[in-house]
Amino acid sequence: MLRIRGRFWRSVAYLLSTVPVAAVAGVPLGLLGVPWLLLGRRGLDLPQAVFLVLLGAALLAGLGPVVAVPLGAFERHRIAIMDERTIPSSHKPGRGLFGWYREEATWRELVYGILFVTVVPAAYFLFSLYLVLLTVVVTSPLTFGNGEEIALGVVTIHDRSQAWPYALGALVLVPTVPVLIVWLAGAQAFVARILLRGNGLVEVTRSRARLVDTFEAERKRIERDLHDGAQQRLVALTLQLGLARHDLPPGSPAAAAVTAAHEQAKQLMEELRDTIYGIYPQVLTDSGLDAALSELAGRASIPVAVTSTLTARPPTRVETAAYFMVAEALTNVAKHSTATRASVGVRLQGHLLVVEVTDNGRGGADPRGGTGLTGLADRAAASDGRMLLSSPVGGPTVLRLELPCG
Amino acid sequence: MRVVLAEDGVLLREGIAGLLDRFGFTVVAAVGDAVALHKAVDEHRPDLVVTDIRMPPGFTDEGLRAAVQLRRAYPGLAVVVLSQYVQQRFAADLLDSGEGRVGYLLKDRIVDVAEFADTLRRVVEGATVVDPQVIRRLLRRDPIAPLSTREREVLGLVAEGHSNAAIAARLVVTEAAVSKHVGNILAKLDLPQTDDTNRRVLAVLAYLDSTTPS
Repeated sequence: MLRIRGRFWRSVAYLLSTVPVAAVAGVPLGLLGVPWLLLGRRGLDLPQAVFLVLLGAALLAGLGPVVAVPLGAFERHRIAIMDERTIPSSHKPGRGLFGWYREEATWRELVYGILFVTVVPAAYFLFSLYLVLLTVVVTSPLTFGNGEEIALGVVTIHDRSQAWPYALGALVLVPTVPVLIVWLAGAQAFVARILLRGNGLVEVTRSRARLVDTFEAERKRIERDLHDGAQQRLVALTLQLGLARHDLPPGSPAAAAVTAAHEQAKQLMEELRDTIYGIYPQVLTDSGLDAALSELAGRASIPVAVTSTLTARPPTRVETAAYFMVAEALTNVAKHSTATRASVGVRLQGHLLVVEVTDNGRGGADPRGGTGLTGLADRAAASDGRMLLSSPVGGPTVLRLELPCG
Repeated sequence: MRVVLAEDGVLLREGIAGLLDRFGFTVVAAVGDAVALHKAVDEHRPDLVVTDIRMPPGFTDEGLRAAVQLRRAYPGLAVVVLSQYVQQRFAADLLDSGEGRVGYLLKDRIVDVAEFADTLRRVVEGATVVDPQVIRRLLRRDPIAPLSTREREVLGLVAEGHSNAAIAARLVVTEAAVSKHVGNILAKLDLPQTDDTNRRVLAVLAYLDSTTPS
C-alpha cells in the first residue's frame, strides 16, 4: 500500500517538475524550430517549403545539442524522483563541445529534447483537459444555477436533476486520475530511460580499465620480485667478483678470468637493471609522473625537455598509462623521426591529463605505417582516453594524449 | 675510519660490510632501516654513514631523509647515499643539507670496489661527490650554449668534484690548461671565480639545476 502511494506521489512530483523544465527548454528549442512552425502557413510553394524544412533541420542539428545535452544531463538526474536511480551518462568524459557532435548519445538526447517540448506538453494538455472536464461534471449539480445551460461534450444539460446521472458517472471515473498520473509518469520515464541511457559502453570500458589495473599491478609485483631477488643477488655477486679481482695479483691467469667474469657480471647488472626499469620504473611509484618523465628524458638519446604543471599526483593508473605512452612515443621519435630534440609537456585540463610529445624531426608519421602509433592509440583507448597526432611532412610532429583522471 | 651502514637487503649489506672491511674501514653497525640507522649513529658517533635510499617501511626515500636529518644533527658527519636510480631531486636535497662531506652515488658503483672505497675516503676528507651519471644527465638536458666541447667536458668533471690536478690527469693535459678552462667556464656562466672544489661543485650544480626545466 505504502509502495503504491509512494509511486503515486513520486509520479505527481515527476509530472509537476516536468512543467518548469519543459518551459525552460521549450524556449530555445522552440526558437530553433521556428522554420518548421512556419510550414503551417498557407501559400508556400514547394521550394520554399523544402527550404524551411532544411533550415529547421540545420538549426536543430547545429544548435540543438547545445540545449539537448545539458537537458539530458539534468533529466538523467531528475528521473531519480521516480525510482531513486539516475541514468548513467554514455557521453565520454572530457570530450568538450565538439566531441558531443560525434556521439550517438547526443542525437538521442536531441530526440528526447524535441519530444520533451512537443509530445510531452500535448499529452499534459490532454490530461489537463480531462481533469477539468471531470471536475466540472462532478461538481455540476452543486454549481448549477437556475436558467443556465451546461454543455457537456455532446449533450447539453438544462437543469440540476439532469446533471446528477452525469455527475455520478463522472464520479466513477475519478479513480482513473491517479492511475493515469502513474501511467503518464511511467511512460515518460520509460522513454527517458531509453533515450538518455548509457548504452552499456561505460560498463565495458570499466571492466577493460580493471583489466589494465590488474596488468599494472602484476608488472609492479614482478618488478619488486626481480629487484628484491635476482638484482640484489647479482649486485652482491658482482661485488664479490670485484673484491676477488682487486686481490688477485695482476697478470696472473686467475686475474684475467676473474676480471672477465667481473666485467660480464657488470654488463649483466646493467641489462637486468634496464629490464626491470622497463617492466615498471621504481621512480614512478616513489616520486610520481614528473620525476619519472625527467628520468625517462635523461635516458633518451636526444635532449628532451620536460615541463609539467601538475600540482598533485594523478591516479596511479593514469600515471602509469601516461608514463608508458611517453616512453613509447620517445622510442618512436628516436627510431623514426631523425629529430635532434624533443619536449614533453604535462598538464591537467579539467579532469583530463594532457600529455604532449613534440619533436623537431622530419614529420610525416602515419598511424597506418605499422609504427608504435597504433599501439599507443590502443593504450590510450584502454584507459578511456585518446591520442591525437599532427605530423606534417617536414615536421614538427606533435603527439597529444588525453587521459581522463576519474 | 668508523662507518655505520644501512641497507635493507641482507646479502648486499654483508657484501658492502665485507668491502669496507677489506679497504680498512671499521663497520661499527650494519642496520636494515632508517630508525635503526638513527639509533646506531646516536650510539656510535661514526665518521661516515653509508645508506641506501629505499628502505623499510615505506620503501621510498627513508634513507635520504635520514641522511639529511643526520647531516643537520651532526655537522661534521660524512654521509654517502646510494640510489637505485638517478634522481635529481634526491641529489639536490642532499647537497642543500650542508657543505662538503657528502656523496650521492648510484648503487651500482659499489661493484668497482677500489674506486668506491676511494670515493668514500674523499667524502670523509671533505669532498662533495655526485655520481657522474647525474652530471651527465644535467649537462645533456639543455646544451650550455656558449661552452666548447672541451669546456663542457671539464665542466662535467668539475661538477663531479674533481680538483684541477685530478681533471688534468684524466684529460692528459697540464694543470695550467685546466685552470684556464675552469676560469673561462666560470666567467661564461657568470659564476664566482674560486679554486675551492666544494664551492665550485655547488655553484655548477646550482647553475645546471636552474637551467633545467624541472
